[in-house]
Amino acid sequence: MTVTERRPGHDLPVAPGQRPARLRAGPLLAAGAVLAGAALLAVLVGPVRLPPLAVLAELAGRLPLVHTTSGLSAPEAAILWQLRLPRVVLGGLVGAMLAMAGAAYQGVFRNPLADPYLLGAAAGAGLGATLAIAYGPDTSAWPVDLLPVAAFAGAVAGVVAAYALGRSGGARTTTTLILSGVAVAAFLTAIQTYVQQRESETLREVYGWILGRLTTAGWREVALMAPYALVSAVVILLHRRLLDVLAVGDDEASSLGLRAARVRLVVVVAATLATAAAVAVSGLIGFVGIVVPHTVRLLVGTSHRLLAPLSLVAGAAFLILADLAARTVTAPAELPIGVVTAFVGAPFFALVLRTTRRVP
Amino acid sequence: MRKVLVPLLLVLALLAAGCGQDASTSGGAAPNGQAASFPVTIDTPAGKVELASQPQRIVSMSPTATEMLFAIGAGSQVVAVDSNSNYPKEAPKTDLSAYQPNLEAIAGYKPDLVVYSDDPGELAAGLGKLAIPALQQPAATRLDDTYAQLDQLGRATGHVAEAGKLTATMKAEIEKIASADRPERPLTYYHELDKNLYTATSKTFIGQLYDQLGMKNIADAADKEGGGYPQLSAEYVVKADPDLIFLADTKCCGQSAGTVAARDGWDQITAVRSGGVVELDDDVASRWGPRVVDFLKVIAAKVQTLEGVGS
Repeated sequence: MTVTERRPGHDLPVAPGQRPARLRAGPLLAAGAVLAGAALLAVLVGPVRLPPLAVLAELAGRLPLVHTTSGLSAPEAAILWQLRLPRVVLGGLVGAMLAMAGAAYQGVFRNPLADPYLLGAAAGAGLGATLAIAYGPDTSAWPVDLLPVAAFAGAVAGVVAAYALGRSGGARTTTTLILSGVAVAAFLTAIQTYVQQRESETLREVYGWILGRLTTAGWREVALMAPYALVSAVVILLHRRLLDVLAVGDDEASSLGLRAARVRLVVVVAATLATAAAVAVSGLIGFVGIVVPHTVRLLVGTSHRLLAPLSLVAGAAFLILADLAARTVTAPAELPIGVVTAFVGAPFFALVLRTTRRVP
Repeated sequence: MRKVLVPLLLVLALLAAGCGQDASTSGGAAPNGQAASFPVTIDTPAGKVELASQPQRIVSMSPTATEMLFAIGAGSQVVAVDSNSNYPKEAPKTDLSAYQPNLEAIAGYKPDLVVYSDDPGELAAGLGKLAIPALQQPAATRLDDTYAQLDQLGRATGHVAEAGKLTATMKAEIEKIASADRPERPLTYYHELDKNLYTATSKTFIGQLYDQLGMKNIADAADKEGGGYPQLSAEYVVKADPDLIFLADTKCCGQSAGTVAARDGWDQITAVRSGGVVELDDDVASRWGPRVVDFLKVIAAKVQTLEGVGS
């Protein structure tokens, strides 16, 4: 196909620097390839050495119409299917949700430093988890652990409280909302610290949860999180054009016929669901929601049309690789995944601050 | 023969402890002459501690110290213990927090001796200003630390003889357990501290107790820095396939043989398949007091049953 081809109605001039819509597949395909590579690497490499060819044969054997014998022993097969694979899948889901929620929050609040935990989601989840650990009934016989459910409820409650507080003054500016998020987070953290102090027996488990729980993730967590991830992703991806309009400011957006407050609410709800689901199964993993969207912006620009889906894919790849590092660098010991993401994330965050200083 | 000896020694130990308690309840007089002579000076890492007379108002901020004090017959001299000191039952448990010690609250009990393990703030300095003698007994890193701390508490409270007797009994019992027949192949084990797979290596205090039984710790390979308490990958635990799993997270985190068996992939582990998952008492497994003997007995009994199955 040559560049001279022209079709009627499709010969509108394209402004310099702006790419035609059909080229958007390029970055997405590239990101998808990176994600696939990261996932494959993460499945092949782990603290226990499994023969790569046997792993590939074992995986291929599950495809329809393919019959292979991998030669993996029963424990090795259990390691692959029940420990390594669900962890890679869950890492991908959590990374995708945190990065996408981060991009959405940054868009909605027009604040480059907004992250998924901005509106009290982290503090709420922390309190929910702590209460479940300290006062919850013994749930070992239940089909679903109480802990993720409580963390999820806490995260949602935290954001709802911040939102209600931010609106109650009448003003609906993003600054009010962010500040009420800060207030709610401080309040909830105070309660959490108090409970921990009273029930010091639970300290160990609470910290274990806060440091990140991908270590013991299984298919159960994947199943728990997947529905929320799917709904949130669909909602945010459908709103990505409106986020671009919102970027010009509330007044301008209104003059273009957009109900800014309503769009903001829908996106915040979806991003909060995504964050809460991620926090519930994995604890608090920092910096993914900041690092990934900003990297994507540096590479492809600030339009949410590309930013949202690319952040989703890149976030998945980033967390899968971070978790790969967490479980192999000191193997067979684990590093808390929050250490890995923050180790990469904190210096990067400083860099972003430097390069975006002109943004108010 | 051995089976008779164990209860016999236990009875002796209890008698010794009981006697000491009786003696000190009768007015706090020195139970046996020169052993309880005061003043005494005790050397601690933080400096010398002078005790002019036998302490009668002891505050213990350490669950292990509480167990030791009661075991050497100084229980009646204890007026308050911290919120985690849940053993023995007669210990005067209070709201005092060992994590965030409140100097005023401690001073409110008018103690003439404070025993503590960790000093997260300025506890020692504060007690010094109030001229309250304080003994630090940090977490033991080996059994000899336990014996030394018992001896120190014996001298500080006027129960030297009882402390000596208890130490001798403990040493004899541990020696007996350690000299029992061992399986030809060392049994491998995994000692779980919480369900995120934090564990203790053989270098730690608890790990050295397992060493007494000639057992092999699967976590040693995971602790290159030598911190002693690594977090393991689930993959690695399954691959290492321990013969025995000891759960020290039954009280804190509700773990049991059932919850372990239900974990993904863990049904492949020998310990899970052959009934080798042992539910420990978190407290006994995390303290370094006289009950380490009880701990060793539980482990030894389990090892015996496994050998029985094997042969």
